[in-house]
Amino acid sequence: MAQPQTLDFGQDYQAKYGFYDTIEPVFQTEKGLTRRVVEEISYQKDEPKWMRDFRLQAYEIFLSKPMPSWGPDLSTLSFEDIIYYLKPMDKQGRSWDEVPDEIKNTFDRLGIPEWERKFLAGVGAQYDSEVVYHNLQEQWSSQGVIFVDTDTAVREYPELVQEYFGTIIPPDDNKFAALNSAVWSGGSFVYVPAGVNVDIPLQAYFRINAKNAGQFERTLIIVEEGAFMHYVEGCTAPIYTTDALHSAVVEIIVKKGGRARYTTIQNWSHDVYNLVTKRAVAYQDAVMEWIDGNIGSKVTMKYPSIYLMEPGARGEVVSVAFASDGQHQDTGGKVVHVAPNTSSRITSKSISKGTGRATYRGLVKVYEGAENSRCNVECDALLLDENAKTDTYPYIEIEEKDVTIGHEARVSKVSDEQMFYLQSRGLKKDEALTLIISGFIEPLAKELPMEYAVELNRLIELEMEGSVG
Amino acid sequence: MKTPLLEIKDLWVKLPDEETSILQGFNLTINEGETHALMGPNGSGKSTLAKILAGHPGYEVTSGEILFKGEEILEMEPDERARMGFFLAFQYPMEVPGVTIANFLRLAYQRRFNTEVKFLQFHGILMKHLKALEMEPTFANRSLNEGFSGGEKKRLEIVQMSVLQPQMAVLDETDSGLDIDALKIVSKGVNAMRSPERSFLVITHYQRILNYVEPDVVHVMMDGRIVKTGDRSLSVELEQKGYEWVRGELVGV
Repeated sequence: MAQPQTLDFGQDYQAKYGFYDTIEPVFQTEKGLTRRVVEEISYQKDEPKWMRDFRLQAYEIFLSKPMPSWGPDLSTLSFEDIIYYLKPMDKQGRSWDEVPDEIKNTFDRLGIPEWERKFLAGVGAQYDSEVVYHNLQEQWSSQGVIFVDTDTAVREYPELVQEYFGTIIPPDDNKFAALNSAVWSGGSFVYVPAGVNVDIPLQAYFRINAKNAGQFERTLIIVEEGAFMHYVEGCTAPIYTTDALHSAVVEIIVKKGGRARYTTIQNWSHDVYNLVTKRAVAYQDAVMEWIDGNIGSKVTMKYPSIYLMEPGARGEVVSVAFASDGQHQDTGGKVVHVAPNTSSRITSKSISKGTGRATYRGLVKVYEGAENSRCNVECDALLLDENAKTDTYPYIEIEEKDVTIGHEARVSKVSDEQMFYLQSRGLKKDEALTLIISGFIEPLAKELPMEYAVELNRLIELEMEGSVG
Repeated sequence: MKTPLLEIKDLWVKLPDEETSILQGFNLTINEGETHALMGPNGSGKSTLAKILAGHPGYEVTSGEILFKGEEILEMEPDERARMGFFLAFQYPMEVPGVTIANFLRLAYQRRFNTEVKFLQFHGILMKHLKALEMEPTFANRSLNEGFSGGEKKRLEIVQMSVLQPQMAVLDETDSGLDIDALKIVSKGVNAMRSPERSFLVITHYQRILNYVEPDVVHVMMDGRIVKTGDRSLSVELEQKGYEWVRGELVGV
């Protein structure tokens, strides 16, 4: 096994996140991607024919699609060196007792059991490519809420899955959506029946725990008319020397008068390519919110998008990115106004440190006939060092005259005077800087469940440790 | 016997890329329990002195020394000085968006007194001092100085001072921009803190604040050094005759 790379996040980070356990997968595919690997994945999962066909078709699309010609440098990403599927144990743990001790140990160190006791009502925690532990409260089951891993959903709710799977993000959407469609494993399936209000956030915790293991989870969320749910996803990953790939697909459907919020705090280790496609459709008077925080990874490309399909639909994207040495966070959001009287807001905050680079890439599109649509885009970039970089690509395509579009972009540096002011009150340099940063990202932090807000601040503190002289 | 708290000896200071010194052989000793007023026209170097004392990194000290409680502090970071009990009430307090006064001051309090304080316990402390400065309790959860009026910023400086209980406080034009009511409130806050161990340096253009915060000693500063020192009556005389009078006197000498 390769030695973990020494990275600049301080020992505490290593102790808390930078470890890996000695779980032997019971099955894994060979390195690299072939038709045979795709078939093997489907065979191992004992999938119905329609899903196997879906995978194989997606595989062909993946081969035929070129790599994106825009955006961050992906030249060192090698599809041949990745293991596309690992199966850590034979069956899924239904209760905590059934989860193997070594996996429990991992979760203990991540703090999950405690969170579960205190905050969680249901946990779907993904270990490698398989969900090992899943728990859904009785009350939800009785309300008809489904919260299972997607593999289970394919087996147990085939009609629901088949109706919606791949309809929001078809395999030919982009190369990585095709890749995910071919090799996906795990992820969550959530179904909230009409009028049901799931008032405690559904949470899943993802982690990569094997060298060169890809993570291709597939999440599908359906919120029926007048229903509400909040899904929270947190990610940490151990530190490895070779490049790993995380390429997820998240599809969300919010029907008339429904509301969905999807919150992510992502902290992949600094060698992971994090290339994720997230898209939601919102129907009449529905509300969709993406809250997206990206701290780790080597390269992130992620632009959560919302299609406002019917009158009165609303969408909000809040995106925060922290790019430190050698990282490129290429993030933002997309909103597409298809119907009249729709409104949206994109708020993007980025922090660049050392040689880090943060890019805002966003699209606002208003179709003809989407009268009285309103959209406001705000991007703020904070630069911590002379070499840190930020850039902005705000694409705006408007086909309708009767619209209100606002766009504001600001780049700021931490001022010496601010630092001096805080230090003059007794705060050490790194404390002062961390405080300024936490203030800068406060618009995201205040949208998070409290334990995630605390976690986010802690992660940023760790990133800032030893960074000032 | 008086114990010196702050001793500034022959201090020469300039900006890194300039020839001319802003402070030119500045000398001042403040004993424990004393309140000094430092007056002078614009550009005489008063605010530079205040920043140098607090440890602003943007200046170059070419010679001289500053002793606080007998210790040389010139090489110390601003936060080390603060933890020793030095405080500067800023002429232009900085805005820090998204950082609440409660969170910020609690952290500062913990550093100043090298202790942990529970959120609720600190809340009580903060409320007491906000009330004393006639600020609404809601300020506790507002972003530090963001969107505050000039007067609110100045009052918050005194709240911070009251919370952090420094031994030596420099008030850099805390009175400017305050209406008469606010000036009284601020002065009351300062006077409440005066004690035999604590000292103040009140930097001002006008003698108005000195009617409320009565100084033991008044200094006049010009061209980077103190040119005249007297008692309370000096500030009154200055107000009547103007700074040109002092300059005229100097030339006369």
